[in-house]
Amino acid sequence: MLQQISGSIAVANAVALCRPEVIPCYPITPQTHIVEHLSSLVKSGQLQDCTYENVESEFASMSFCIGASAAGARTYTATASQGLLYMMEAVYNASGLGLPIVMTLGNRAIGAPINIWNDHSDAMSVRDAGWIQLFVESNQQALDVHIQAFKLAEALSLPVMVNMDGFILTHAITRVDMPDQEQVDRFLPPFIPRQKLDTESPLSIGAMVGPDAFTEVRYLAHHKQKEALTIIEQQAEEFANIFGRDSGGLVKSYFAQESDIVFVAMGSVVGTMQDLINDLRSEGYSVGILSLRSFRPFPANAICNALKNAQQVIVFEKSFAVGMGGILASEIHMATQRYADIQGVQISSVIGGLGGRTITKQSLRKLVDKAKQGDLDAEVFMDLEANTVVRELKRQQDEQSSGPVAENILRDMGVVSASKTH
Amino acid sequence: MTQKNTAEQTVKFYQTGTFTVGNRLLDEEFRTVQATEERSNSIDSGHRACQGCGQALGARYALDTAMRVTNNKIIAANATGCLEVFTTPYPETAWSIPWVHSLFGNVASVASGIAATLKAKGDSETRVIAQGGDGGTTDIGFACLSGLFDRNDDVLYICYDNGGYMNTGVQRSSATPGGARTATTMPVGEHPGSSFNTGKFLPAIAMAHEIPYVATASVHDLHDLERKVEKAMSFRGARYIQINVPCPLGWGSLPAHTIKLARMGVESGLVPLFEAEYGELTQSTKIRYQIPVEDYLKAQRRFAHVLKPANVAQLETIRALAEKNIKRYALL
Ligand SMILES: Cc1ncc(C[n+]2csc(CCOP(=O)(O)OP(=O)(O)O)c2C)c(N)n1
Ligand code: SF4
Repeated sequence: MLQQISGSIAVANAVALCRPEVIPCYPITPQTHIVEHLSSLVKSGQLQDCTYENVESEFASMSFCIGASAAGARTYTATASQGLLYMMEAVYNASGLGLPIVMTLGNRAIGAPINIWNDHSDAMSVRDAGWIQLFVESNQQALDVHIQAFKLAEALSLPVMVNMDGFILTHAITRVDMPDQEQVDRFLPPFIPRQKLDTESPLSIGAMVGPDAFTEVRYLAHHKQKEALTIIEQQAEEFANIFGRDSGGLVKSYFAQESDIVFVAMGSVVGTMQDLINDLRSEGYSVGILSLRSFRPFPANAICNALKNAQQVIVFEKSFAVGMGGILASEIHMATQRYADIQGVQISSVIGGLGGRTITKQSLRKLVDKAKQGDLDAEVFMDLEANTVVRELKRQQDEQSSGPVAENILRDMGVVSASKTH
Repeated sequence: MTQKNTAEQTVKFYQTGTFTVGNRLLDEEFRTVQATEERSNSIDSGHRACQGCGQALGARYALDTAMRVTNNKIIAANATGCLEVFTTPYPETAWSIPWVHSLFGNVASVASGIAATLKAKGDSETRVIAQGGDGGTTDIGFACLSGLFDRNDDVLYICYDNGGYMNTGVQRSSATPGGARTATTMPVGEHPGSSFNTGKFLPAIAMAHEIPYVATASVHDLHDLERKVEKAMSFRGARYIQINVPCPLGWGSLPAHTIKLARMGVESGLVPLFEAEYGELTQSTKIRYQIPVEDYLKAQRRFAHVLKPANVAQLETIRALAEKNIKRYALL
């Protein structure tokens, strides 16, 4: 059924169609509308046989999920940014215990300086946590991928995180095609846990493991993620058969195979890029996009396959490892090094959209033009205000005193500070 | 309330000297659950607890009682700590009940999650128990526990109070008694041992949440412990039991003195035993033979410095604490 609703409401309704049995929640922008709506669905009886609970922190929320999932319930929660960091210890624990929890991450920057707007710093902070991490480009995909996420999590006994850009998707009101219950039931069978806390057949979960078996346990986690590469593709196909839509999968190529210059990106920015390359291609540019829909597992082969004819790759990402650079860029670098068919491709790492800075077609077009002329730097911070940076660097040199950097910059930019000294 | 196997003893039998409850001197129907042939065994033998570990004893009695009164329908969640480590060295487990360990500070929330699943599935028969040490309870797990109380989730939380972080080598927790030596409060300088802060007396904090049932217990009186667990299981909602469990390693006491020390803690007034329902004190256990606090402290290396003449002020503070407890909980 076609509906004109926000991304958050779409996801909440899709999650409800998946018949979750336990949902703990804790508010944090920009995911809050999702759990708010689920609360109403449970209260009104539209979502039945579900325990919805307001807990006291994200750490509690993920721990609640751990208990619920270990006891055999289909379990869901959502968070973002600081909330994800606050639950971090439990995030690792959930994957270590192999619990098929599904969580939405309404992607948001991490402070300080505190910032509620979108980027991917939160998702990247858990890139080694052992979760499946999927990214979506649109609200339609967001709801579709949530339905797939439960099936995937339960097939693998692994937690799945669906990353959807905060505000840009969560708060955007768009048209979506909402599936009906019958379709979802056909795709997603009831959850039958492999093992659970059960008084009929007692087992101990979460025992201490020493050096004798730890390596094997960790390797098996890695192996399971590799298995996911196949299952994600299979499920996307199965989904397309039932729902008649292409959603999910490992990667999505928009002219990537047949273009000289190819963007690699994740999430909603792909939409902006699609707009741009439609323009550019009509102007005769040879440019495409590779959208990464699965970040963990990292689909190295699928990526390299799609990039094997490219001459210039522009890896665009909304976060970076401070002191190192682009995270996705370095992973793609590594993948191409290992892939025999790729020779001499130029990879540029572009960092943009940090803390919600608007990503314009104009700025992206400049990147393409530079790449075309062969002088796109290996590392670019898109739309960086060079003046601000230079001024602050000079001040630091002159004053030799320490202090919170953001406040200095703000003062410099003329933002009113509470101290009223400026 | 005198029931088979869980008798709150109407007649107190003590063997002379050790003060040990004489199970065998009792009529069969008054014996502890451990004395029956068909007893359950929540924690099997072969685990790795130290000799004389009060926590191993307390946990076994508490959970066996819960097993009995629920007809073996219990699921337990465990915080990281001695109990978790000594019962589950991979690939072995001592647990004969479904049991899960997640993290150090989240056991209350894990248990709440289990309870949420049972609720969603309409299973009102199976009950949930959360357990942790005093560090996992009063410090790092405090927020989750308070959340559980606030929501009144149907979980019995059992805290095994050995007065410190024992599993990591005896460091101070907010339940470590004032004056006690731990690895992070060594008896050096002007104020030896653990500081005399107000500490956190969690049973009182639990009562402030007005949850259905709060009790303190001690491993020297296993009948009383069993009765309290049974009572706790008769309520729905959040319940809290704190069990005083001597730890020979952390206390610097003899393994053979565990029961005796547990008793002395109570008889000195330092460990008040009571019950409360919905925030109101309903009963406290009278001290039978009051003993001077020194007698209790003397048997533990962690208090050796307190008994030196130079530290008489510390001793006075501890005495005052015992007196305050005696008054507050009407222990005499
Ligand atoms: C987040 C975190 N911090 C610290 C630890 C280390 N740690 C494990 S057990 C433990 C002490 C447990 O003390 P307590 O809860 O009092 O239980 P006990 O061992 O005394 O029974 C500590 C500090 C941990 N596992 N996780
Ligand atoms: S250190 Fe103490 S609590 Fe831990 S197993 Fe030994 S006696 Fe028991």
